[in-house]
This record gives sequence, structure tokens and C-alpha cells, in this order.
Amino acid sequence: MTTLPQSTRAKLGLVIDLDTCVGCHACVISCKGWNTENYGAPLSDLDAYGAEPEGTFLNRVHSFEVTRDSAAPMVVHFPKSCLHCDNAPCVTVCPTGASYKRSEDGIVLVNESACIGCGLCAWACPYGAREMDSAEKVMKKCTLCVDRIYNENLPEEDREPACVRTCPAGARHFGDLGDPESAVSKLVAERGGMDLMPEQGTKPVNKYLPPRPRDTLATPDLASLCDPAPEAASGFLGWLDRTLERL
Amino acid sequence: MQNQPALDLSPQVSDEVRKTTCYMCACRCGINVHMKGDKVAYIEGNRDHPVNRGVLCAKGSAGIMQHLSPARLRAPLKRVGPRGSGEFVEITWDEALAIATDWLQPLRESAPEKLAFFTGRDQSQSFTGWWAQAFGTPNWAAHGGFCSVNMAAAGIYTMGGSFWEFGQPDWDRTKLFLIFGVAEDHDSNPIKMGLGKLKARGARVIGINPIRSGYNAIADDWVGITPGTDGLFILSLVHELLKAGKIDLDYLIRYTNAPYLVDAATGLFLRDDAGKPLVRDRRTGEAVAWDAPGIAADLAHGVERDGATHLPVFRHLADRYLAPEYAPEAVAGTCGVTPAQIRSIAAEIARVAFEEEITLDQPWTDFRGVKHDKMIGRPVAMHAMRGISAHSNGFQTCRALHLLQILIGAVETPGGFRFKPPYPKPPEAHPRPHASHAPGQPLDGPHLGYPLGPEHLLIHDEGTPKRIDKAFSWEAPLSAHGLMHMVISNAHARDPYKIDTLFLYMANMAWNSSMNTSAVMDMLTGQNEDGSYRIPRIIYSDAYSSEMVAFADLVLPDTTYLERHDCISLLDRPICEAEALADSIRWPVVSPDRDVRPFQSVLLDLGARLGLPGMVTEDGAPKFSDYADYITHHERRPGIGPLAGWRGANGNCAGRGAPNPDQIARYVENGGFWIDHIPEEAQFYKPWNAAYQNWAVERGLYDSPQPYVFNLYLEPMRKFQRAAEGHGDRQPPDHLRARLRETMDPLPRWYPPFSEPQAEGFPLHALTQRPMAHYHSWGSQNAWLRQIHGHTPLYVSGAIWQQHGFEEGDWAILTSPHGRITLPVVRMDALNPHTVWTWNAVAKRRGAWALDPKAPEATQSALLNHLIHELLPEKGDGLRWANSDPVTGQAAWYDLRVKIEKAPAGQSVSYPDHSAQLSPVPAPPRDLAHQTKP
Amino acid sequence: MHPAPSLILFTVLSGAGFGLLVWLGLGLRAPTGLAAFVLFGLGYGLAGAGLLASVFHLGHPERALLAFTQWRTSWLSREAVLASATLLVMAPNAAASSFAATPLPIFGWLGASLALATILATAMIYTQIRAVPRWHHWSTPPVFLLAALAGGALLANRTGIATALLVALGLAMFAHWVMGDRQFARAGSSTGSATGLGALGRTRLLEPPHSGQNYLLREMVHVVGRKHAFKLRLFALGLGAVLPALILLLPASYFTIATALLMHLTGLLAQRWLFFAEAEHVLGLYYGKR
Ligand SMILES: Nc1nc2c(c(=O)[nH]1)N[C@H]1C(S)=C(S)[C@@H](COP(=O)(O)OP(=O)(O)OC[C@H]3O[C@@H](n4cnc5c(=O)[nH]c(N)nc54)[C@H](O)[C@@H]3O)O[C@H]1N2
Ligand SMILES: Nc1nc2c(c(=O)[nH]1)N[C@H]1C(S)=C(S)[C@@H](COP(=O)(O)OP(=O)(O)OC[C@H]3O[C@@H](n4cnc5c(=O)[nH]c(N)nc54)[C@H](O)[C@@H]3O)O[C@H]1N2
Ligand code: SF4
Ligand code: SF4
Ligand code: SF4
Ligand code: SF4
Ligand code: SF4
Ligand SMILES: [Mo]
Repeated sequence: MTTLPQSTRAKLGLVIDLDTCVGCHACVISCKGWNTENYGAPLSDLDAYGAEPEGTFLNRVHSFEVTRDSAAPMVVHFPKSCLHCDNAPCVTVCPTGASYKRSEDGIVLVNESACIGCGLCAWACPYGAREMDSAEKVMKKCTLCVDRIYNENLPEEDREPACVRTCPAGARHFGDLGDPESAVSKLVAERGGMDLMPEQGTKPVNKYLPPRPRDTLATPDLASLCDPAPEAASGFLGWLDRTLERL
Repeated sequence: MQNQPALDLSPQVSDEVRKTTCYMCACRCGINVHMKGDKVAYIEGNRDHPVNRGVLCAKGSAGIMQHLSPARLRAPLKRVGPRGSGEFVEITWDEALAIATDWLQPLRESAPEKLAFFTGRDQSQSFTGWWAQAFGTPNWAAHGGFCSVNMAAAGIYTMGGSFWEFGQPDWDRTKLFLIFGVAEDHDSNPIKMGLGKLKARGARVIGINPIRSGYNAIADDWVGITPGTDGLFILSLVHELLKAGKIDLDYLIRYTNAPYLVDAATGLFLRDDAGKPLVRDRRTGEAVAWDAPGIAADLAHGVERDGATHLPVFRHLADRYLAPEYAPEAVAGTCGVTPAQIRSIAAEIARVAFEEEITLDQPWTDFRGVKHDKMIGRPVAMHAMRGISAHSNGFQTCRALHLLQILIGAVETPGGFRFKPPYPKPPEAHPRPHASHAPGQPLDGPHLGYPLGPEHLLIHDEGTPKRIDKAFSWEAPLSAHGLMHMVISNAHARDPYKIDTLFLYMANMAWNSSMNTSAVMDMLTGQNEDGSYRIPRIIYSDAYSSEMVAFADLVLPDTTYLERHDCISLLDRPICEAEALADSIRWPVVSPDRDVRPFQSVLLDLGARLGLPGMVTEDGAPKFSDYADYITHHERRPGIGPLAGWRGANGNCAGRGAPNPDQIARYVENGGFWIDHIPEEAQFYKPWNAAYQNWAVERGLYDSPQPYVFNLYLEPMRKFQRAAEGHGDRQPPDHLRARLRETMDPLPRWYPPFSEPQAEGFPLHALTQRPMAHYHSWGSQNAWLRQIHGHTPLYVSGAIWQQHGFEEGDWAILTSPHGRITLPVVRMDALNPHTVWTWNAVAKRRGAWALDPKAPEATQSALLNHLIHELLPEKGDGLRWANSDPVTGQAAWYDLRVKIEKAPAGQSVSYPDHSAQLSPVPAPPRDLAHQTKP
Repeated sequence: MHPAPSLILFTVLSGAGFGLLVWLGLGLRAPTGLAAFVLFGLGYGLAGAGLLASVFHLGHPERALLAFTQWRTSWLSREAVLASATLLVMAPNAAASSFAATPLPIFGWLGASLALATILATAMIYTQIRAVPRWHHWSTPPVFLLAALAGGALLANRTGIATALLVALGLAMFAHWVMGDRQFARAGSSTGSATGLGALGRTRLLEPPHSGQNYLLREMVHVVGRKHAFKLRLFALGLGAVLPALILLLPASYFTIATALLMHLTGLLAQRWLFFAEAEHVLGLYYGKR
């Protein structure tokens, strides 16, 4: 149903740490692997070994460069999948009800058997988080691994999204962002977690932790760390002698 | 209005999980292979595995697509067209093995050295080396010579171990981490996990790298150093620390050769009659054996003897690095950094090491018998890789880095750098290299090792090299891993001698692992006047339709990593952690659907057909039925075999014990690996910790305790230097004397990369980086990974971009003294201003890897290898010097100098454009939408 | 956005069809007999052809009926419902006019309102997309409405009204372009806001996530050269509005009407091409394409 729920019981989502993401694409591929085997149709690849390969991915990692006036330029690796927006425009535009936001946990999903492949939801998403599968001709998007997070066939500790489980750097966190006491909410509060394109009014559930300040190491006074300063009086050899005496 | 569809929230994930070891790269993470019926459905990380703790990189998760790759070879191949064309016929294994036996048998019986057997990044070097030794050829090595032997050798010679397989930062305790020249490294997941831990704690990471991407992108501070100058930068840090007295003198006295007295006349250590190095006892002023009980070794003063003052190592060291030439102001320009940057980093190292000292309440006893009630840590850790080692000054730069770590007492102490067993292991505990051969006889000992002086070089009396790659000759005295990158050109030039059969395994030598790829392709196809090939025979084992396959006469197709037994052995390249001993296996979680065989089993079969010692029973029958049988039953020394876990008839021995027929089954039960934790009191100070030494002997890592001290001053280097000065009976050729004198310095030093003098007109540095989502040339056959990196744009600095007026969509021509390539350009500001770079090994020859000949890997990509030569341009002395490190022979990939110009408009195909090779495998499917059905 | 020919054709043709139905329904020209048959036929044909084109544009046309269900929130669903309702409600009037020569004004007026609503719904499908700031503006519906009504009037041979509507359409197009050009900036989305990194410095895409193409880039990231766009705008304005209006000032004949209609439709195709091609989707910010 394309009417958005008034509120959802939980707001499950991801917190992505831009200070930690090394841009390894592990989350991209584990997502591809899991979602090719699970939830709906496989994620296809056209011209897979050809001149113009083009496949469906639910999570992609971009890299941005930030140039600064008075400090060295930075590179930020930037993973992006569906943000499971509270005010999800992709849902309300859907003519068939295929797109919906779950009232229990806020996950935005596509019911593939009702999707007519009109593509309108992808137009409505400001983030580029939906991709039409060219083989199956239905809309694909991040499912927040809804078929993992409650899956009783998986050991308890594995009931988290594939991308989170695999992230080698630990840059991806999963939890209830509606609960201020959850680990993810605390992380967001601590690290100044932010919304992408807040001006779009989508109220994303997923949050991004900004990179910590970079290139701040300032020249301290090495001499003040020294006791006694070797340069003083008798030079290095004198210092060496004195220090060895005390060992 | 809510009317949500009912979802199956608990779908069946798979029918069965089989736990084995990843081989999408050499990191060797544990994987859970989810099976649907007998098909692989999904691969995830094994949470219990010591290497990756459940995480998995992009390559690992894409393993399923590698396993299903259309480029997989299908049967043994015999060449029918000209070399390089890719024209083959499929033959049976019987035929293939008969051909190989026919070629090799006569060689073994007459001149075993005519077989050159070199292997790539396989993980069975202890096995292939053993085979080659049994065959009797001196010409065996693996890929370390073009990879990172500088790192390995400098580490082992200096402190008995190095990074990656030999050691790791104490990720849980480090507060300051410096990472030099690393894009990805072998320790792929562990480094990312470690960085994640540091980030979670808010510890500081400093990245020293001309390029700020990947790990360097998340570094808190970035030093965009000029390539090839790290040694100078590091020694300037040493200068600052010495000047400020921010060094751990106590540590230096106890655990290093800093107090050893250096003979003023020879530069060798003063020794007593028993050969023990002498130190000055501060209390008596006498020179005494370094390990004499109860002494207070001096660092400041020398002893007078024979009218000369013999100073301790530390004085030589301090005198050298305190000199103004190492001051930040003096080096900053060369290094492309500011003096302030050097100072603040030195100060931060000093601050963290000494003001944020950590102590563990863990008593331990050192090898001298002294009891310590706690462990003191200096929480500064470092890691480095090919950015510092793949230069012609790489060995010395790596030594400089270890010197820095040791000076602040941050090796094998909490928060610093920790060895992984079976390391530490000093050079003395390693074998010496061997090359004496005779027809029909095994080699006189292991091929590779650690020479301790000119007496250990593998040269004939007249000075000529014994090995085809000239390893352990005056050209590369400490080439501990051999020089695989020189084999083809030496074999082609018949220098130092002619060989008959080149046998390669898992190395794409016709393409991305060769310098000067186009020329190597010519050498592989080079003919004599009579039309026969200059390299008469080439046998190659690969699993996929690589570029190298096209140049082989006989191709032995391997399985994929999910279809065979492998053993990641302590005898070889272990997977241990600093806290634990560990090894692991691969086992066939699926059986091949093609006529392919595991190479190791094929090698055993071949060995049996050739009657090689150790591979046949007394009555000449094959001793091992296959590699799994070998893994289980082979013993290197009594009780020591390829796998350390579950040894002994009942499987209850760790490390040492009789072969256990159930051993592999026990590994499989345990998730494919075995782990044995080091006792708490043995966790740190391993080279000097009595508890560790005893534990290591129990486990069979050593046969007796091997405590040692770190070599700040490397006496074996001095021996080579002395030879160059004219001492001793083994003398280098004259043209190498000056270079050996300069580069075999027993104390770390920096000299400009050898490409420097020829760099006029080539103002820029050109580098490659490994993409995290590709492994060398393998990634491009993977339908998922190739979408991430399908081409190789040239990243140019903002300065170069502006200077040449580049715009989006432009292509550049990149020229070195050896060749030209063209590539599309991309601007990158977070880059050393004089540097350009692209991704390594993504470019492909048309027709290879079952890709469309118009694939972007072939049309919009080029290898920088076309610009790199294994020899440097002539510099006026009439000689072509090797483009390698003069100590170890490591290929100096990153010394490359280039110039750039804008390509004419309309340029849109990268060149050189080699002819296409024919594909020995059928055309791939066009589209994929693959969901595994059991 | 990708200027898909099917979408361009659909919006232009069905727009004109529903525009014609508006005029026919309102009875401003109430033909009977053959004339009614032909004109209603044209209206139904154009509207129907457009709808069909859009159905075949779907990945799963066999599920098209589901598109009638979400009229509460979805303008696309509303469009489907309204379009069908128009065609149904108008049918008695059309049949009666054609075969009984007795228009049924009640059905006509109701049908005309529904046709108008359909055109509005089509416009709203685009207008509601906030992620395309150029569309997300009050000037979008007038362009669609005026274009449909002008085209309808031409088809219905109401030259007076057509002239006025064409002039209004010209103004609306102009306004839509001029204001549209500023919309992206006014929406406030930038690479900085898209990544949240704006406060740190100047943000620029360094490396796209994949080296090849993908659905998003093909569908949503289309870049038109400024010069090219300017020429096309002149063309669209000239042919779509100004020239036909001028021609209509000439003495009326089937020839002038037909010429004006052809010009108008051609101009409108150009306008619609630009409507899609110039529409900057904010997701382009993630691909360095804005
Ligand atoms: N420009 C430049 N060149 C470089 C480097 C650089 O940094 N810059 N780095 C150098 C370094 S460090 C290295 S290690 C080399 C690596 O270069 P190579 O060792 O040549 O690496 P690969 O391209 O992976 O080639 C290995 C071959 O092994 C095959 N293979 C894969 N899996 C299997 C298997 O299971 N069985 C068998 N039998 N074969 C298999 C692959 O198909 C491939 O043909 O490249 C070197 N070249
Ligand atoms: N994903 C993936 N992982 C791999 C591999 C792979 O192909 N793919 N290959 C494996 C192999 S065989 C190897 S040898 C390792 C290599 O692991 P790395 O050494 O991490 O790999 P490289 O890509 O050679 O990265 C070298 C880095 O050094 C930097 N650099 C170059 N010159 C200098 C310099 O003078 N100073 C400094 N400070 N930095 C410099 C480059 O910018 C680059 O970032 O990776 C292994 N792991
Ligand atoms: S797996 Fe983690 S570190 Fe790697 S790209 Fe994804 S978020 Fe970044
Ligand atoms: S990110 Fe896009 S697809 Fe996901 S909920 Fe928000 S608008 Fe919808
Ligand atoms: S593509 Fe499918 S999910 Fe998206 S709006 Fe159309 S019907 Fe709904
Ligand atoms: S939560 Fe699941 S579906 Fe979403 S990006 Fe991660 S792996 Fe993909
Ligand atoms: S780092 Fe990646 S490719 Fe390498 S072994 Fe681990 S999971 Fe496999
Ligand atoms: Mo390597």
C-alpha cells in the first residue's frame, strides 16, 4: 500500500561511518550475492563478459574528493543504498501498491509480484537507491535484508544485513534508529550523524557519520617533552651518559 | 491504510554450509560456503576464523562468480598454433603427463638445471620447492622477488620478522598508527579490521603515501610524500627523536645490538674467542661478551684496543643520523613534505610512545633469566608495504623503518608491532641458499635462504651466477625470494646459461607480472635461426584462460579453489595471529565439472613418473595418491608435517607428532583451520621471552630456543661491503664494487632511486595501486567485480591537470624511456603533485579471460608495465643496470619516471594494442540472472 | 532524465486527445453524425494510443490493472483512473452525438472535467517529483494543460480559442524554462548536501561506484549542452506556439489549421524532449553530473 504508515513501531536502518569506510566494495558484493539468491528475482547482469556490462546493485560505493582552502585535500568513500526514508516519496508515487513501507519496522520494500516496472519510484527517489532489473523488469532496492534480520534459520548473531556482517572495517552499523537508547542512536548522537539531502524532505532513517577532522596534527614543542633536553649543556653524549647512569 | 503482503521472513538459506578457505587473494580468510544441493549458492565469512572473524572482502564474496567463471580451463591443452596465438587442442591427462615426463626425464638425467620451475602466488611453496629440490634443479623460486622481498628480507635481517605473515600491529592497544605505502596488502581484511578498531577508539592514523585513497583516505593525517623518498623521511624522524632523546635506551641495550662494539678497522663486531660479540661494561670499562650475566652494557663509549677506539653500534648510529643532512629542513624538499610536518610527526611519535606508555600486569622471564613483573608498551605501531619496498632503495628504506620502530622500543611490546609465530626467526635460524646439482641427484639443500656473507653466494668460482635468475649473485646478494622477473629475459638471453624447459605455475608472466610486457611477449615467442623457439619448452599451469596460457606449449589446467585440497602450512606462509599459532586447509566443497586436476596432485603424479626421491616407494610406485595424502603423511622432519593441528595417531598432538590419517577430517570438522593460543606470559617480547621460546620448541617451530637481539647494525651487509673494498677471497666484479660499497651499508641509509639519473625529461612519478575489489589479473573474469573496475583511468594531480589543460573526457599519452601508453585522464587533487597513477593489472589482452575483445579492459585500459623495463636505460657507463634493488633484487616497479602529454582529440583506444589471442574456452553467456536451484 | 520517445509521444498525443475531448465534451463545438464520429474517434484514438504506448512502456503490462488501485496517493494511479473514467463517461455522449445526432451534455461536461483532470494528473506525475526541481514547480501543470487544450482546440478547429491558448502556452513554456533554470539551485541540493560533506570544503566526485553504465545513469542522468538546448527551445517555442498562432491569424482554411496543428505538435515534441532531457535529477549529484 502506498500510503505511508503514520508511524512505524521501529525505525530499522543503517548508520554508515564515513570516517572509517575504506571504499573496499565488500558491502556492494555481499549485498549482490545475498540478494541474487534471496528476496525476489536474482540481480541480473547484462553483457556480463562483454563491452558494456551493466548489472543491478542495491548498494554502491562512490568516492568523493573534498578540497579545502587551508588543509590537504581529502578523499571520502561513500557507500549508498536505500535510506528507508520516513517520508518516502518512492512509496507514495507507486501506482500499484508494490512499493510500501512496513509499519512494524519502517523498512521500505517492493512487492515484486505487484510491480509493473513503471520506474516512477526510481524517479521519485532523490538518492538513486532504486534500480530496475533489466532482466526481470521489476524494481529492485535494498531490503535491509528483511529476510536475514528475522530469519530463524540463521544463527542469532547473523541476523543482520549482509553488508553489515561483511564490512571489514566495521563502518556499517544496523539497528533501531527510532529508539534513542539503541547503540546506533547513541553513535549518531555522539558523532553528529547526518541526513543526506535534508532539503528533499524525505526524512531518511539511515544516517551518515561525518569524517573526523583531518590533518590537524600541529607542531608541538618536542623540546618540552624532553627531560633533560639532550641539546642542553653537554650535548648528546652527555645526555646519553646521564641517562644511562639512571637506567 | 495498511495492507502489507505477507513475507517469508525466515526463508531457508541453504541446505548445508561447508567451511573452507578463501582464495580470491592470498589473505586466506575463512569462508562459509552455502550449498544448495551440490551447488554453491552463497559465500560469507567464517565468524570463528582467526584471520577474518566473519568479515569478507568484495573479492571473497564474489568467489562464486570466480568459481563459475567462463574463463575456466576445461582440459589439458597442447599448443598447435604459434606461441602467443592461443591455438590449442584439448588432450587427455595421460597424454599431457606423458609429454611432460618425456620432456623432463632427460633433463633430470643429464642437466637438471635446464628446468626452470617458478611459481606465482600459490600457497604451496614449501611443496613446490621440495619437488624442485628432489628434481635437482637450482632454478626454483616463487614470486617474492617481484613482490616484496625487500620488506621480508629487511625485516628478517633486522629483527627476525616483518609485516603481514610475519607480524602485525597490536591493533587492540595501539594509539598511534603509521602506515607507509600501502594500498591494500595481503593482510587485506585484518588491516581493515584493525583500522576499524583504531577508528572505533579514536586512535590516530597517519598515512604516508603519494596517493590519498583507501586506507590513506581514512588516515587522520596524510603525508603526500614524493615516491622513493620514504627512507629519507624516516631517517629524519630518527634524527628528531635522537635529538630529543626520545628513544628507549633500556630496550636498545637489552634487545638490540646497539651496544655491540664495532671494530674500527674492519667494521665487523669485536668478538671473544668463542665468537661472541663484545660490549663495553659500564662498570668496569671492559669489553665483555654481550650476554655475560650482570653487566651494564654501554651505548656511549667504546673501548681502546690496538691504538684505535672501537665504538658501540649506537654511537655510529647516533653520529650518522644526528648529522644535519637528516634535519627536517634538509630533507623536506626532496620528500615533498614540510619540515613542520616531519617535526610534528616525530613529536607525536615521541609523545605517544613515552607519555602514553601502557603497562600490562603480566610477569615474564627473559632469556637471561631475569624476571620482569610487567610488560611495558609503547603504543606506536607501523605497517608498510610495497610503496616503500618496490623501489631500488627499498631494502634500506625498510631497514630504516624497522630502525625507527626499534629505537622507540615498539617491537614486540604491547601496543606496538608483534610477530606472528613461527616468527620471530632471525636470519641465522633460516637456511642458507643452495644450488649444487648433479644429474639424477636432488639438490644439496633448500633453494632459498639468508646469506650471512659472500661465502653464501650462489656463484661459481669465476663469479658467474649458478641460478638462471642470478639470485644470490653479486647483482642481488640477499635475494632471499629469487628473481622471478628476470627468468624469462635471462632464459631468452641464455645468460648465465641456456635452459630447456620453463615450467610456470600460477603467474601471468606474459602480462601483468612482467616488466616491459611487450618485450617479454617477444622473448617468449623469440626464435632461433632454424625456427625453433629460443626458450625451447614452456609448461604452464593455470586455472583460467589468462594471457600466459597463450604462450605455453603444454597447459595443465588447475581446479578452482573450491574444488581442491590446499594446505596453508606453517612450513610455508602461515595464517597465524600474534596471539596464536594457526594453519588451515582448503578442501573440495564441490567437484569439478571439467577435465581438470589440482596442480599439486599433478605435480606429485609427475614426480612419481620421474621417480623423484620422496615421491616414490622403494619399489618405484607412487608414494602419495594425491595432495591430500601428501598433506597428511609427508614429514619434513620427524613429527613435523605440512599441518600442525591434530597430529599424532590419536590427533592429540599440537605441532609435533606422528601423521594422523584423520587429520584433514578434523580440520574440516573444525571449520577448515586449527588454532593454538600462545600462553599469556609468552605473548610479548617473543624473541627474548623464555616462556615463548620454550613453547615454540614444544610446537616444533624451533628445535631449540633461539633468543637473539635485533640487528640495528647488520654485520652481514658489512661483509659484502668489505668484499667490495677488496677484502676476502670472493670478490665482486669491478663494475659492481662502487654500488655494493654504497648500498650494502650496515646501517640504514637513503640514496635516490636508480631511475633518478635518467629521469631528465621524465619529470613525473607513475605508480599503480591494487584495487581492493580485484586481485591482479583474476578480477576481470568476475562478472560482478569487473563492473566496479572495468578500465584504468590515469589519475593525475591537480597541478598536472592544470599545467596540461586537461578536461573531462581527455586522454593522455604517457611516455617513459621505454614506451608509450594512452589512457583516459581523471583529476585527483589528493595526490602528490608530481605523480600520476592507475589501477594495477586491470588491463587485458584482447581475447584473454573469455572477455569480449571489445571489453573496456582491452580498449580503455593499459598496463603501466609497458613503460617499465627490467633494465634501466644506459647511463653512460656502457652498462644496463637492473631495475631492481641492489641488495635483494626486488623489482623496482615504483621507480618509474614518465612524461605526460594530452592525446590528440578523438583518442579513445588505449595502446599498445596487441593482437588478440584465440580463446581456448567457449564463448561466455551474454546475460546472467543466476539463482541457484539445488 | 532520459528523453524516452515513448514517453514523449505518449504525453503529446494523449494530451492532444484529452484536450480535444475537453472541447468536444464542453460542447463548444458539438458536432454530430460523421463529423462527431470522426472527431470523437480522433480524441479517443489519440488518448487511447497514448495510454497504450505508456502501458507497453511498462516492464509488466500484464499487471497494468494494479495501477488503478493507488489513487489515494499516486498521481500515476489517478491518471489511469481518470483517463479510463474520461473515456467511459464520455462514451454515451460520443455515441449519441455520432449515431443519434443528439449530444448528451451532462456526460459531455462530466467527461470534459474528467479529461481536464486527466491532463492535470499527467502533469502532476512530473510536478510531484521533488527530486527533479525543474519539474517540481507550479509552472509545470500550466504547460501540460495549455498544450493539451491548445492542441485540442486546433483539432476541434476552434481557431479563436486556439490562438489565445497558443499565446498562453508560449508564455507558460517561457516561464517554465526561465524559472526552471533556477529551480535546481533554489532547491538547495548540491554535492555538498547530497554527501553531507559540504561543510568540509568543495566536494567533487572522484570515482563513480562502477566503471560502467547503470540503470540510474541511463534513465535519470542526461546532460544536454547549453547551446543545443537554447536552439531547441527556440524551435519548440516557435513551432509549438508562436508560428501556429501567427498562422491562425491568416484567413482560416483547413490548410492553415492543418499547418498550425502540425507545427504545434512538432514543436511540442521538441518541448517534451527538452522537458525530459533538461530535467536534472538530484541523484546526478552522486555521479558528478550536476
Ligand atoms: N605495474 C605493476 N606491475 C606489477 C605490480 C605492480 O605493483 N605494478 N605488482 C607485482 C606483484 S607484487 C605481483 S605479486 C605480480 C602478480 O602477478 P601474477 O603473479 O602474474 O598475478 P596474476 O595476474 O594473479 O596471475 C596469476 C595467474 O594465476 C592464475 N590462477 C588463479 N587462480 C589459480 C589457481 O587456482 N590455480 C592455478 N594454477 N592458477 C591460478 C591466474 O589465472 C593468473 O593467470 O604482479 C607484479 N606486477
Ligand atoms: N585486493 C587486492 N589485494 C592484494 C593484491 C591485489 O591484487 N588485489 N595483491 C597482493 C599482492 S601480490 C601484494 S604484493 C600486495 C601489495 O600490497 P600493497 O603494497 O598495499 O599494494 P600496492 O598496490 O603495490 O600499493 C602500494 C602503495 O604504495 C604507494 N606508494 C608508491 N610509491 C610509494 C613511495 O615511494 N612511498 C610511499 N610511502 N608510498 C608509495 C602507492 O600509492 C600505493 O598506495 O597486495 C596483495 N593484496
Ligand atoms: S564494506 Fe565497509 S569499508 Fe568497505 S566499502 Fe562498504 S562500508 Fe566501506
Ligand atoms: S532512499 Fe529512495 S528508495 Fe529508499 S526510501 Fe528513500 S526515497 Fe525511497
Ligand atoms: S516500478 Fe514498480 S514499485 Fe516502482 S512505482 Fe512502478 S510499480 Fe511501483
Ligand atoms: S541491507 Fe541488505 S539489501 Fe540493503 S544494502 Fe545491505 S546487504 Fe544490500
Ligand atoms: S581478503 Fe578477501 S579475497 Fe583475500 S582471502 Fe580474504 S576474503 Fe578472500
Ligand atoms: Mo605481490
